[in-house]
Amino acid sequence: MKQGIFTILTNQPLTDTVYRMVLKGDTSAITAPGQFVNIKLDGLYLRRPISVCDCVDGELTLVYKVVGKGTEQMSTMSVGEQLDVLTGLGNGYDTALAGSHALLLGGGVGVPPLYMLAKTLIAQGKTVSVVLGFNTKNEVFYEQEFKALGANVTVTTVDGSYGVKGFVTDALPASYDYFFTCGPEPMLKAVYKNTVTEGQFSFEERMGCGFGACMGCSCKTVTGYKRICKDGPVLTKEEILWDA
Amino acid sequence: MGRLTVNLCGVELDNPIIPASGTFGYGYEFAELYDINMLGSFSFKGTTKEPRFGNPTPRIAECPMGMINAVGLQNPGVEKVIAEELPKMRQHFHKKVMANVSGFSVEDYAYTCERLNGEEDIGWFEVNVSCPNVHGGGMSFGTSPEAAAEVTAAVRKVTDKPLLIKLSPNVTDIVSIAKACEAAGADGISLINTLLGMRIDLKTKKPVIANKMGGFSGSAIFPVAVRMVYQVAGAVNIPVVGMGGVSSAEDVIEMMLAGATAVEVGAANLIDPFVCKTIIEELPRVMDKYGIQNLSDVIGGAHHG
Ligand SMILES: Cc1cc2nc3c(=O)[nH]c(=O)nc-3n(C[C@H](O)[C@H](O)[C@H](O)COP(=O)(O)OP(=O)(O)OC[C@H]3O[C@@H](n4cnc5c(N)ncnc54)[C@H](O)[C@@H]3O)c2cc1C
Ligand SMILES: Cc1cc2nc3c(=O)[nH]c(=O)nc-3n(C[C@H](O)[C@H](O)[C@H](O)COP(=O)(O)O)c2cc1C
Ligand code: FES
Repeated sequence: MKQGIFTILTNQPLTDTVYRMVLKGDTSAITAPGQFVNIKLDGLYLRRPISVCDCVDGELTLVYKVVGKGTEQMSTMSVGEQLDVLTGLGNGYDTALAGSHALLLGGGVGVPPLYMLAKTLIAQGKTVSVVLGFNTKNEVFYEQEFKALGANVTVTTVDGSYGVKGFVTDALPASYDYFFTCGPEPMLKAVYKNTVTEGQFSFEERMGCGFGACMGCSCKTVTGYKRICKDGPVLTKEEILWDA
Repeated sequence: MGRLTVNLCGVELDNPIIPASGTFGYGYEFAELYDINMLGSFSFKGTTKEPRFGNPTPRIAECPMGMINAVGLQNPGVEKVIAEELPKMRQHFHKKVMANVSGFSVEDYAYTCERLNGEEDIGWFEVNVSCPNVHGGGMSFGTSPEAAAEVTAAVRKVTDKPLLIKLSPNVTDIVSIAKACEAAGADGISLINTLLGMRIDLKTKKPVIANKMGGFSGSAIFPVAVRMVYQVAGAVNIPVVGMGGVSSAEDVIEMMLAGATAVEVGAANLIDPFVCKTIIEELPRVMDKYGIQNLSDVIGGAHHG
């Protein structure tokens, strides 16, 4: 973990409610896809956790949805403004466990961390299939970005206005040997039920600190309690205990 | 003796800054960031007789200038603390640590303190009486002078180490409770624990926290804490450890003027993990600004004249 001051390079909408922010700063603490950062915002007491979407040479990309005060404030920030950010938080996805054909399943703002994950897996010479789930056509983002990485991309929308109609679990490919997922909890539960291989899940929880100090984010797992912020946010399929 | 040195119940502290229980774990996360031996001490996570998972999540809610937590005293239990956490802690921290202890019966408190008493590097016990008494209809020990005194007396029997009783602010007369603890053998009073609070989400129209209510802390509670520290310090003849909303060197001096011998920093560590380091580094400059030579000179300063 590191604390750093980051400067906004770009901050632009991808859809009506989802924005992409690129920040410049010391990203050396970020060591794995699926990790997150925790952002201090003026006038708000707690930091806001946001997944690392991409990270190259001191440039950190975040993709966030405006859902409340903090994300609303982020969306109004301009190029050149600075943010106090804790980086390198969480365990991230372990790509060493993947076989040769990984399936990535993302729902809504669960999609962003899968981008750096896809990039990492492809760089390791693995085949990557991605299923991105959204509610409706005008909420779709990052389809082209994943394609540009060389992933096989399928988009699903709940109302059928774009891509395959239904949920990500309605568009699972016939074959894959490992999966990674991030999204809202009902989606994660559906993925748990409908997948046939081992895999990794990224969870969300309300956080006090984001770095393991307060026990605000604990959950029960097969191997005892874990802090989503420090021992997670990524858990393997076999360690998950639902509703515990 | 440096300018920041204070003496807490016979144990010298290089400075009065002590991260508060529950916001610093056993120190490891912070030891990754800075040398935690620069702290006066720290109060480790509230430890109970049995392991506790704590409350369901969500356990955290944001407030203007503060937060509510309902962690529910999650901890691995005293045996595991002795066998695993303290040995690990010793690799990073080489000073006297404050042992924060919780319980749900008088016997629990005494048992846990007796088990920890043999640990050389425990400099003080800080007994948190904000917990519900399972044999007393669930009322917190800290809400009655008799129950708080009973816990104090029971722990006093099992340890000769300095004994601080950590009081709950959720009471009508904190002074009478502090005095009862002093009479029962406490060596010091620590205050304040969190204020009972609650938030409701307008979107779901339900409480934000699964446990509905929780402990409110952070900058917002600072004035309440200063007032209570002032009242208690003015009424007892034992040292007071002040806390509640402290986040700067100025806040530390204000707490000490109210009567605190040492000052704990809680929620602020969660927002700015370097806050205690920053405070310690800032103190000499802020002392110069206010013409303070030695920090120990300001303790209780607001009570005089
Ligand atoms: C590990 C992790 C990674 C995340 N990655 C992303 C991401 O890449 N993109 C994205 O858009 N969102 C992400 N989120 C969700 C994001 O943290 C919340 O949407 C954000 O905190 C909301 O803040 P707000 O002030 O706008 O909302 P408010 O509702 O005003 O926030 C009030 C409080 O609740 C907390 N909170 C609200 N919603 C959530 C939530 N879903 N999870 C955790 N805390 C919440 C806030 O942090 C704040 O403390 C992630 C959450 C976690 C835990
Ligand atoms: C997340 C969290 C966990 C806490 N856990 C404990 C605990 O285990 N034992 C205890 O005595 N106090 C506990 N407290 C209370 C703090 O030690 C402190 O008394 C209180 O938060 C007021 O200080 P602050 O405003 O600086 O946070 C906890 C506070 C927080 C925020
Ligand atoms: S949010 Fe503090 S331990 Fe996870």
